[in-house]
Amino acid sequence: MELRPILSAMRRNKAGAILIGVQMAITLAILCNALFIIQQRVALSKRPSGTDENNIFVISNQWVGSPPDLAAKQQGDLAALRGLPGVVDAVASNSYPMSNSGSTEGLKLNPDQKNESALTALYLTDEHGLQAFGLKLVAGRNFNADEVVDKFGYTDYRPPSVVIITRALADKLFPGKSALGQGVYFEGIPKQVPVVGIVDRLQVPWTQAGGWGSKFNDNSTILPFHFVNAHMDYIVRVQPEQAGRIAAVMKDAESKLIQADRARVLAKTQTLAEARAAAYQDDRGLVVILSVVCAALVAVTAFGIVGLTSYWVSQRRRQIGIRRALGATRNAIVQYFQTENFLIAAAGSLAGVGMAVALNLWMVSTFEMERLHTGYAIIGAILVLLLGQLAVLWPALKAASIPPALATRAA
Amino acid sequence: MLNYYFTLALRSLKRNAVLTVLMIAAIGVGIGASMTTLTVFRAMAGDPIPNKSRQLFAVQIDNWGPKRGIVGGDEQNLQEQISYLDAIGLMTAHAAQRQSAMYATGFALTPSNPDLRPFVVQARAAYGDFFAMFDVPFRYGGSWTAADDAGRADVVVISRKLNDKVFGGANSVGKTLNLDNHDYRVVGVLDRWEPLPKFYDLNNNKYGEPEEAFIPFTRAIDQQLPSWGNNNCGGDTVPAPGWEGRLHSECIWIQFWAELPSAADAGRYGMFVNNYAAEQRRAGRFHWAPNTRIHNVREWLTHEHAVSTEARILVLVSFSFLLVCLLNAMGLMLAKIMGRAGDIGVRRALGANRRAIFAQCLIEAGVVGLAGGLLGLALTALGLAGLRSLLSDEVNRLTHFSLEDVAIAVILSVAATVLAGLYPTWRAAQVQPAWQLKAQ
Repeated sequence: MELRPILSAMRRNKAGAILIGVQMAITLAILCNALFIIQQRVALSKRPSGTDENNIFVISNQWVGSPPDLAAKQQGDLAALRGLPGVVDAVASNSYPMSNSGSTEGLKLNPDQKNESALTALYLTDEHGLQAFGLKLVAGRNFNADEVVDKFGYTDYRPPSVVIITRALADKLFPGKSALGQGVYFEGIPKQVPVVGIVDRLQVPWTQAGGWGSKFNDNSTILPFHFVNAHMDYIVRVQPEQAGRIAAVMKDAESKLIQADRARVLAKTQTLAEARAAAYQDDRGLVVILSVVCAALVAVTAFGIVGLTSYWVSQRRRQIGIRRALGATRNAIVQYFQTENFLIAAAGSLAGVGMAVALNLWMVSTFEMERLHTGYAIIGAILVLLLGQLAVLWPALKAASIPPALATRAA
Repeated sequence: MLNYYFTLALRSLKRNAVLTVLMIAAIGVGIGASMTTLTVFRAMAGDPIPNKSRQLFAVQIDNWGPKRGIVGGDEQNLQEQISYLDAIGLMTAHAAQRQSAMYATGFALTPSNPDLRPFVVQARAAYGDFFAMFDVPFRYGGSWTAADDAGRADVVVISRKLNDKVFGGANSVGKTLNLDNHDYRVVGVLDRWEPLPKFYDLNNNKYGEPEEAFIPFTRAIDQQLPSWGNNNCGGDTVPAPGWEGRLHSECIWIQFWAELPSAADAGRYGMFVNNYAAEQRRAGRFHWAPNTRIHNVREWLTHEHAVSTEARILVLVSFSFLLVCLLNAMGLMLAKIMGRAGDIGVRRALGANRRAIFAQCLIEAGVVGLAGGLLGLALTALGLAGLRSLLSDEVNRLTHFSLEDVAIAVILSVAATVLAGLYPTWRAAQVQPAWQLKAQ
C-alpha cells in the first residue's frame, strides 16, 4: 500500500483529519479512565465482608426511652431469637459490616506510644458473635462467657478483658509473628489487653470509596461486651437450608420481639445482602452512568467517522471512478480508506494515551484516585483503532462500489 | 434579512438531512449527558441560604492541640466540630448577634393512639436563635424563646412532614408529643424548608432533609440525649465515664454557628473566638497557641467538600464527552459547508459580501444548536429519571431540574454549537467566487 497518495490527500483536507484525530484522542482519554474507575468501583462493591452474608439478617432495635432493665430485656430478646426455628444463633452488636455507622479506635502496642499503630473498627458482641456473624476463627479461641461484661452505651469507657482481631489487623500490628498472646493498648488506658483469637476476615462498617474506613477496610476488633444501649442491632443467622425463607424468619423474629415488648421501634430489618446492595448503590450507579456515557461516546465518535468519511467519499467519487478505471481493484479502494483511518487513529491514539495519563495524574492529585494501570491505556488504544476500522468500513465499501464507468462521464 | 437567513438555514439543513440529523443527535446527546451531571453538581455546589450565606459562620476551635487524634484534621489542624465545654463557653459569651450550638439526636416517638406503633424521629438540639438565624419558615407558631432555652423547657418545633404524619396537618401548637417517654409541647410547625446541602451539619446525610423535630439544646443535655451524629474523642485525654464525663471531656460532637451581619462583625467575632482560646490557655486547659477559625457558609461548604468526588468526575467526563460531540458536529458542519461551496460561490458572485455569508452560516449553526439543545433537554430529563432510579434516596434530592437548568442547557447548546461552527463558517467565507463559478 502506497502511503504517499493518502498523506497528500490528507494534507489537502487537514481540518477533517485533525478533527477526527482529536476526537479519537479525547475518546481514548475518557474511555480508559472511565473503564479504570468502573473496574475499581466494581471491585470495591465485591469486597468480601467475611460474614456468612447470605444467611444473616439484622434487626435495628430502638427502645422507647431508656428502660432500667435494658440488659435483661436484651438477653430475653436474644433467647427468643435463638429459639426461633431455623435460627443458628443471634447476638446483639453495636454495628455490622456495610452499615456505614460504627466506632473506631486507635490501637497501640505500648501505652506511651505517641501515635496509634493501627486504626480498627470495633464490634461489641459476646461469645455468640463469631457464630452469629459466621466468622472463621483461624487461630486461638472464642470468648469465654465469663470474659463478657455489660457495657452501658457510648460513655462507658471500660476496657475489654480480651480481644479477637482480624488477620489483616494482626498482620499490621505484629508483622511476621503470631498475634496470639500479644497485647494491645486502647487509647488512654494503661491496661494491656491480650489477643486471644484471630478471625480470617471481618470488614469494617464503612464502605465509601476513599471515605472513612477505606484505609483500614479489614482491620476489625471484636470486644467481649453485652452492648447495653437504647439503640443496637440484633444479628441473626439462619441455617443455610432456610436461606430461601429468610424473609419468613425475619417476619417471625420481628413479631416475636414486638410481642415481648411493644415499647420499641424496629427501625430497620434487612438481610446483609440488602445492606450490601444499599451500601454500594451509589457506586453501582456511578458504574452504570459511566458505562452509558462511554457507550454514547463510542457511538458518537463512530458516527462522526462514518459521516465525515462518507462525505469524503462522495466528494471524491470522480477520482475513485478514475482510479477504478485505471485498474485499482475494489479491495485497493477499501484499503485506501482503511489505511487513511488507521493513520489518523494511530496519531489520535498516541495523543490520547498522553491525554489519558495526564487526566489520570490530575485526578490522582485532586481526587486522591489511584494511578492508571498501563494496561488500560493499551486496551483503550486498541479499542479506538478497532472502532475506527469498523466505522470506516461502510463508507469504504460504498466507495469501492463506485463504477469505473463514472470516470468516462462528463463532470 | 435575519428571517431570510433562517429560511435559508432551514432549507440547507433539510437538503442534507442525514448530516443534519447526525449533528443534532451528537449535540443533543452531549448536552443531555453534561446537563444531567451538571444538574447534580449544581445542586451539590448550590448555596443553601443565598440571602445569608456571607453572614453565617461556622466556628472551629482547636481543643486537642498539635497532637492529632485518630482523625487528622484540616490544613490548619482544626476539626469540624467543637466540645461541649467550648459550645457553652461561646453561648455564655453571647458575642454574636445570634448564635446556636447544636447537635443531631433523635427519639422514639410514641403516638397518642395506642394502636399505632412508635417510630423513630431524627431531631436536632439547638438554641432558639437557630430558626431566625437560618431564616427557617414557620407554618404555625414560632420558635421557642430565650427564656425556654434558659429554663430547659419541654418544647418542640416540628417539621411540616411530621405535623402531617402525627396531627394530620392541623395547627398543632400547644399539643404535646411523647418523645422517649417525655411530653414535649409543640410551639411551632415549620413550613417547607429544604436547605441543600444541609450546610449546618455536613457530618451525616449532607444531601438529606433537615431533621423532623427541634428541641432546646439545654433540654437535650438535661435529658442526656446522646449525639446521633459524629462523636470524636480522639483528643489526648480520656473522658471520665458517664454523661457528666462526656460533658466535661474534650470529645467533639457539637456544631456551632454565629450570625455576623457585617464584615466588621465577622472580624470582631474572629478575634473574640481567638481570645476565648487564649483565655482557655491561660486557664490551663489548652497548652498551645490559640488556633481557631470562622468560615461563612460558602467557605464552609468548600472546606467540607460538599461536592462529592463522584460528581466532579462525572462532570469532567460528561463535559469531555460534550467536547467530543462538538468536534464531531464541527467536522460534519465543515463537510456540509464545503459541499455547498458552489452555492456560496454563486451567492458571493451575486453580491453577497463575506460578512453576509458568515452570518448566514452562523445562523445555520445556531439553528442546529437550538435543535440539539431541545433534544438535549429531553435527554436530560431522561438522564435524571435514570439517576433517580439508580442512586440512593439521599442523593435523590439532587436530581431536580429547575427552570434555570433549562435555560443553561439551551444557551450552552446554542453557544457551544455556534462556537464550533466558527471555523467551518470562516472557511465558507473564504470561498472564492470566481474559482467556484469556473469549476461548475
